[in-house]
Amino acid sequence: MERTAVRGRLSWLAAEVVELVDENPTVRGIVLSCPGWSGHLPGQHVDVRLTAEDGYQAQRSYSIAAPENGEQVTITVELIGDGEVSPYLVGELGVGDVIELRGPIGGYFVWTAEMGGPLQLLAGGSGIVPLMAMIRSQVGATPAIPTRLLVSARSYDSMIYRDELAVLTEKMESLAVTYTLTRSQPPGWTGQDRRVDQAMLAEATWSSDERPLVYVCGPTGFVETVASILVGQGHEGARIKTERFGPSGTP
Amino acid sequence: MAAARATRAASAAPPHQAREGVLTTGVFTGIHRPFASPALATWPIQEKSYDPSVAIISRGFKGRRQSEAPANRVPPGQYITNDFPVLSAGPTPRVSLEDWRLTLVTDAGDVRSWTWAEFRALPSEEFTVDIHCVTKWSKLDTRWEGVAIDSVLGGAGRGAGFLLAESYGGYTTNLPLADVVDGKAWVAFGYDGAPLAPEHGGPARLLVPHLYFWKSAKWIRRLELSPEDRIGFWEGYGYHNYGDPWREQRYAGD
Amino acid sequence: MSDRHLDGNALGGLFNELFGREMTDQDACCGTCGAIGPLGRALAFLDAPGQVLRCVNCESVLLVAVATPTGVRITVQSLRWVELS
Repeated sequence: MERTAVRGRLSWLAAEVVELVDENPTVRGIVLSCPGWSGHLPGQHVDVRLTAEDGYQAQRSYSIAAPENGEQVTITVELIGDGEVSPYLVGELGVGDVIELRGPIGGYFVWTAEMGGPLQLLAGGSGIVPLMAMIRSQVGATPAIPTRLLVSARSYDSMIYRDELAVLTEKMESLAVTYTLTRSQPPGWTGQDRRVDQAMLAEATWSSDERPLVYVCGPTGFVETVASILVGQGHEGARIKTERFGPSGTP
Repeated sequence: MAAARATRAASAAPPHQAREGVLTTGVFTGIHRPFASPALATWPIQEKSYDPSVAIISRGFKGRRQSEAPANRVPPGQYITNDFPVLSAGPTPRVSLEDWRLTLVTDAGDVRSWTWAEFRALPSEEFTVDIHCVTKWSKLDTRWEGVAIDSVLGGAGRGAGFLLAESYGGYTTNLPLADVVDGKAWVAFGYDGAPLAPEHGGPARLLVPHLYFWKSAKWIRRLELSPEDRIGFWEGYGYHNYGDPWREQRYAGD
Repeated sequence: MSDRHLDGNALGGLFNELFGREMTDQDACCGTCGAIGPLGRALAFLDAPGQVLRCVNCESVLLVAVATPTGVRITVQSLRWVELS
C-alpha cells in the first residue's frame, strides 16, 4: 500500500505568478511561487481561490502539473469559454499577480516511483495534467519506471504538452506515447483518429499480464469507458485509479 | 445586495470575513493586517504566517458581471444567462415513454395514474415565462409546452395544503398547493419547440416559474396532495422552504 | 450519454476541512448498500445548488454541502462510516 504523508488541516496560502507558458491557444501553464508550500506528490491538486475587489469569491480545483520543486507550484488551466474563473486565469492573470492556493489535495489519485510499475496512463483532454506530473517526476530518474501514455485529444491544436512529450519520448527510453485525435486530424497525421476503444487499448497499453498501475484522467465519459474496457481486458479494478475532470461548480 | 457572497460551496471562508478584512492591493505589495502598526503598511510576500481570515484580492478578477436587464424582470442578486445551465443533484434518470407514469395521490388517498399517451391527451398549452435559479442565473422568455397543474388535479384536493413532488431518481420538493394552482404551474413536456431533453428534466418536469427553479422538479413522476408539509431534497439540505426569488429566499433562515 | 459528475477527488478540499486531513484515499461505507471504497471514487455532483456526494455502487446520497451566508452546512446522509488510516 502506498504511503502518503498524513497531512493536517490545510489553509489558504498566497501564491505569486512567476511564469506563464502558453501550452496551446486555449491552455496556459501558470508557475507560482507559494511560500509555506509543504510539497506535493504527482497526481495531487490544489484549490485556487480568487477574491474580487468587492469581496466576491470564486474557487476551482486544478491538478498540479509538475513534480515537487521547493515552493514552486505549477498548474495548467484550460479556457472554458463561458467560465467564470478560467478566462481570468488564462487571459488576464499576469506575472506578479497573486492568487490563493490550498493544497496539496488528494491521497487516492497519486503515483510515486516507490509504488512501482509498469505505469499505464490514459488521458482525455485536459486530464493529461496530473499524468504529466507523474511523467515529469521520472525525468532523469534511474532506473525510470516503464511508462505508456495514451492521449485522446479533439485535434492537433488542442493537444497539451505536445512538444515536450516529443522531446521526452526521445530522451526517455522508458516512455512511449500513443495519440488519438478524435475530431480532426492534420494532413499527414499517422496517429489514431477515433475515440478510444477496445482494439486501441489492446494495442497501445500494457497487457493485464504485466499488472500495470493504471491512472485514467479526463471527462467522466472517457474515464468510465476506458476503465470498463480495461477491467474487461483483465486488469484488476484495484490497480486502476480514476479522476474525472469537467465543468464543476455553479455555471 | 451584499456582494461578499462565496459562490463556490463548501470550502470558502465565511463571506463576511472576506469583506471585512479585504483591501485592494493592485499590484501586490503585501497583506495588510488589521492589527498591524500603521507604519508597517507593506508586508513582504515571503511572510510565512499568513492570516487566513484576510482573503487576498486578485488583481483584475471580477467574477460574473451583472447584465443590463430591466430590474422588474430580474430578481435581486440574479444575472441573465443566454445558456440553459444544467444543474443536477444526481444521475439523469432514463425513462422510456412506455414505462413513464405520472401518479397523483390526493389527500383523500385516491390514486390516479396516467400513461404518457393519457397524459398527453390532457389539455395542454404553450407558455413563455422567466425562470430563476438559486445559483443566481435567470433566463427570460423561456418557451414551454405543458399541462397546467389545474388540469392534472381536475378539481381534486383543493382543501389540501401542500403539493409534494417526487421525481424519477428520488429527488423531491414541496410547495404550498396555492402556489401551483390557478395557472401558476405546469407539468411541462416541451421546451423551446422541442420535446424536453432528459438533461433538462424530460420526459416531463414540474414547472413553477415564480419560485426558485429547484422547485421545478425534473423527471416528475408523482404528485401528492397533503395536509402537512414535508421538506424536500434541497429544503432539507439548507435551502429555503418556500423560495421566492423576489424576496431572495435562498437559504433556510432567509 | 455520460452524466455531469466528477468524483470524490474534486471534494478533497472539503473533506480536508471537514476531517482536518486528507480523506480521498480513506475508505468509506455506504449506509444504504454497504459498499466500501475510497472517498475519492464516490460520485460528486457539483453542478447543483450544493455539492452532492453519492455512493458509486447504489447512487444514494452520502453527503451534501451547501454554502449559506452563515457558513457551510454539511449534511451527512447515508455515509455510515469512514476509516482513518
